[in-house]
Order: sequence, then C-alpha cells, then structure tokens
Amino acid sequence: MKEFAVEIDNLVKEYSGVEVLKNISMKIPKGKITTILGFSGAGKSTLLKHILGISKPSEGLIKVMGTDLGSLHSKELRDFRRNFGMVFQYAALFDSLSTFENVAFPLREFLSLGNNELHDRVENLLTAVGLEQDSFNLYPHELSGGMRKRVGLARALALRPKIMLYDEPTTGLDPITTKTVNDLIFDTANDQSEHELTSIIISHDVKASLAISDYIAFLESGEVIEYLPVEEFKSSNNSMIKKFIELS
Amino acid sequence: MRVPVSILGSQTIKTFSSIGRMSIFIWKFFYWIAKPPFRLKLVMEQLYFIGNKSVFIILLSGGFTGMVLAYQTYFGFKLINIDSLVGPVVALSMARELAPVLAGLIVSGRAGGAMAAQIGTMKVTEQIDALEVMGINSFQYLAVPRIIAGTIALPLLSILFLLIGNIGGWIVGTKALLIDESLFFAKLSDFMFMADIYQGLIKATFFGFFISLIGTYFGFNVSKGAEGVGRGTNLAVVWGMIVVLISDYILTSILVKIL
Ligand SMILES: Nc1ncnc2c1ncn2[C@@H]1O[C@H](COP(=O)(O)OP(=O)(O)O)[C@@H](O)[C@H]1O
Ligand SMILES: [Mg+2]
Repeated sequence: MKEFAVEIDNLVKEYSGVEVLKNISMKIPKGKITTILGFSGAGKSTLLKHILGISKPSEGLIKVMGTDLGSLHSKELRDFRRNFGMVFQYAALFDSLSTFENVAFPLREFLSLGNNELHDRVENLLTAVGLEQDSFNLYPHELSGGMRKRVGLARALALRPKIMLYDEPTTGLDPITTKTVNDLIFDTANDQSEHELTSIIISHDVKASLAISDYIAFLESGEVIEYLPVEEFKSSNNSMIKKFIELS
Repeated sequence: MRVPVSILGSQTIKTFSSIGRMSIFIWKFFYWIAKPPFRLKLVMEQLYFIGNKSVFIILLSGGFTGMVLAYQTYFGFKLINIDSLVGPVVALSMARELAPVLAGLIVSGRAGGAMAAQIGTMKVTEQIDALEVMGINSFQYLAVPRIIAGTIALPLLSILFLLIGNIGGWIVGTKALLIDESLFFAKLSDFMFMADIYQGLIKATFFGFFISLIGTYFGFNVSKGAEGVGRGTNLAVVWGMIVVLISDYILTSILVKIL
C-alpha cells in the first residue's frame, strides 16, 4: 500500500459566500515531488494554506502524515507545523535579521544547541544552498532575489522538515536564477530522499514542473481538473491543460 | 431617505465590528502575556527601540515646554506679585498633565506609528506567515513584547520629560527672570506632592498601554497592497493621539477623586 504525505478529502473553502476551493480531493504521495499548476487566482495558495493548517476548511478533511488537522488544538497544530518547511514566494525573510540569523532563527527557537553546533548547522545549511561565507552577515535588503530564495530555502530546511512547500518558487526571477532554484528544489528532494522528503510546489512554470515533478495536479477555478504522474500529464487530453502547456 | 439611513447603518456596523475586533485584541493580549515562553529579550529590545525613537524629542520638547511655561506664567504672576509661584505652577502642570500627555503624543507619533509600520510590513511580506509556519504564535511574538514595553516606557519617558521640563523652568525662572532661588524651591516643596507625580505616572502607564495596543493592532490589520502599510501607520498615529487625549480627560476625572 502506498503511503501518503497529505490526504485531502472533499475540501471546500468559501470566503464570504464565494467558493474559492470546490470539493477538492487528492492524495499526495510521500517522498515525491508534486506540483500544483494553475492560472493565477485558481486557488493554489489557498490550498497550500489549508495543507499548513493556517486556513480552516469550510467543509472537508485534511490529513497530513495520517493526522487529521481538524482534530488538533491550536497549540498542537502549531507544534505539528514543524513538520513543514515553507519557502515563500518572496522568501519572507525576517528583515531585522542577517542571513545567518534568519537561518539560525528556527534552530534557536526550537533546539537548544551549543554555540558551536548552532554555527556549524547554519553554515552547513547555507553552504548547501550555494551561499558563500561573505554573504552570511548581509541583511535581506542587501541580497538579490535569487540569494533571498536560497536563504529562505536554507531556513525552511533548518528543522529537517518532512514536507517542503514552495509557493511559486521561481515567479519573478530571471531565467538563470530560475534554473538554479529549480535545480536546488530537485537536489534538495533527492539529497533527502532517504528521509522520504515530500515536496509540494505551487507554480505556473510548466516547463520546470514537467522537468522536476513526479506528479502534477492542475487546479482551475478551485477544482482539480487533472492529477496524474508527470508522463501521463504531458499527454493529457484536457483542452485547458493542452493550452496551458502550449502557451509556455 | 434610504441612502443616508443605509450609510448610517453600515457605518454603525463597521464601528461596532472594529470595537469588537479591538476587544478581542485586548483579550488576546491578557491571554498570551500569561503563557510561556516569556520573551524578556524581546521586551528589552522594544524598550530600547521606543527609547531610541523618542528620548531626543522628549528632552527637546520637555526642556522648551518648561522654559516657555516659566516665562508665560511669570509675566502674569508678576502683575499680582506672586512670581515666586512660577516653580510650583511649572512643576504641577508638568507632573499632572503636560509630561504624560505630551510624552504620549510624541511616543504615539514616533513609536506607535513605527510599530504599525513594522508589523504591517511583516504582514504584507508574509513574514508573519513565516513565523506561524514555524509554529510561533505571531501575536505573542510581535504584539505582547511591544505592548509590555510601551506600558513600561511611557511612564519612564514621562519622568524624563518632567525632570528636564523642571530644569528648564528653574533655569528660566531663577537665571533669566531672577526669581529668588531659595524662594523658588520653598514654594515648590509647599505646593508639590507625591500624589501629583503619581497621577502623571498612572496616566502615562495607561497611555503607553493604549498607544502600543493601537500601534500593534493597526499593524496586524493592514490591508494588502502598496498603500496598506502607510495607511495603517497613519491610523495608528492618529488614533493613538486621539485616545491619549480622550483617556486623559477620563483618567483625570477619576484620579483627582481618588488621589
Ligand atoms: N483571505 C481571503 N479572503 C477573501 N478572498 C480570498 C482570500 N484569500 C484568497 N481569496 C480569493 O481566492 C481566490 C484564489 O486565491 P489564491 O489562492 O491566492 O490564488 P492563486 O494562489 O492560485 O493565485 C482569489 O480569487 C482570491 O481573491
Ligand atoms: Mg498564489
């Protein structure tokens, strides 16, 4: 039997009477890269917030690694979120903290490491995403978009999450940085594959998604209209998806 | 007729829902302040931040207010030969009203607005979501230390205002206007009581609480978009000042009876 990282069952979300997510059911497998594709406004970020338990469903059920998020109290839910590592669209680095301190932040907050160990772990994380020593003391406003993304990735990986979430990781980046970030996502997933790291990516970058994903879901107006292994997705007969692939 | 009535109706609903949200915000503060982790370091950082933002202007306006007040009262009092009372008048009006209220208005403009700007920026750039995803309660992490620090900082700044204002009054009174120095101090101790200082300090404590509550509230409630943060900052400053002035009246009317 296949194991699932996330199971979504009949999820409905309405905001003031408007259904933003309409009866979504999907199971996201453990240890794989799954991309949720869709036009902007389709409800992708909203879906991600439900997986994180930041938004509460109007109807339906979300299980993460077998735990029903609806059954958790707010404190339990907060603790549970440490299973996730989230990379935000614009990195969402803490702008009062240096690169080093941004990555050290979750470690200081949740682990009581000695100074040397903390230093080593932060350094390893930052080196793993391709950052050099000389940028460790820079502040977010002194970093380029691509560097910020790297720091965001390092911070998300700090507590060794079981599920990595990426919200439009390459939107707004130049083609070269886009390639680097996609490679990083792919390498991260592979490096950690022995820990069964699950990656969930939200994107409208079709080409990159086809290249790095194992599974692709297509979200349109709050509905999942296709959800297939990547090879089958490429040859989908759905006209909307054909158009989406052609346009890119 | 329908239109004005419906405008009135929707305004009323808006006002009440704001009051409701504010009440929840206050309730959350008392709930989360009592729960660990207690972030003393963040409180210290915020104290430093508020001080850093406001001390210079507090010194400047405190000094000049005391000096001007001494001048103005002197020329009135001189007419009826009670110019030796300049000291107590400056000291009393400073202690009971001017120090807490002016310090409150200054801190509202400087630190209250800055709190809204900081938190608002963190909200629109998803830094608050980032905290929540890490499992950190953003309210407890961002609002609680600021409100504690604001409540502690304003009485301290108010004392500073009072001190420097009285030094200003003393310099102008005894050095420029040549009031006899021993008379100046004798009258001061005749008319000035600890209760006057307490009254100012109690008021300043409330103002500090209100200002930082309002600053953090408008920070968390900024609307998305480019103008959101600027608008939130403005609202925090304006409402901070309004609440200082109105609550000053209410607190004064209560405190003069019980002190
Ligand atoms: N908090 C909210 N309140 C009201 N409407 C919302 C909220 N969040 C998202 N929406 C609406 O839900 C729809 C989907 O938004 P979103 O999930 O951000 O789309 P995507 O990430 O695919 O671009 C949009 O029409 C958006 O306006
Ligand atoms: Mg989105």
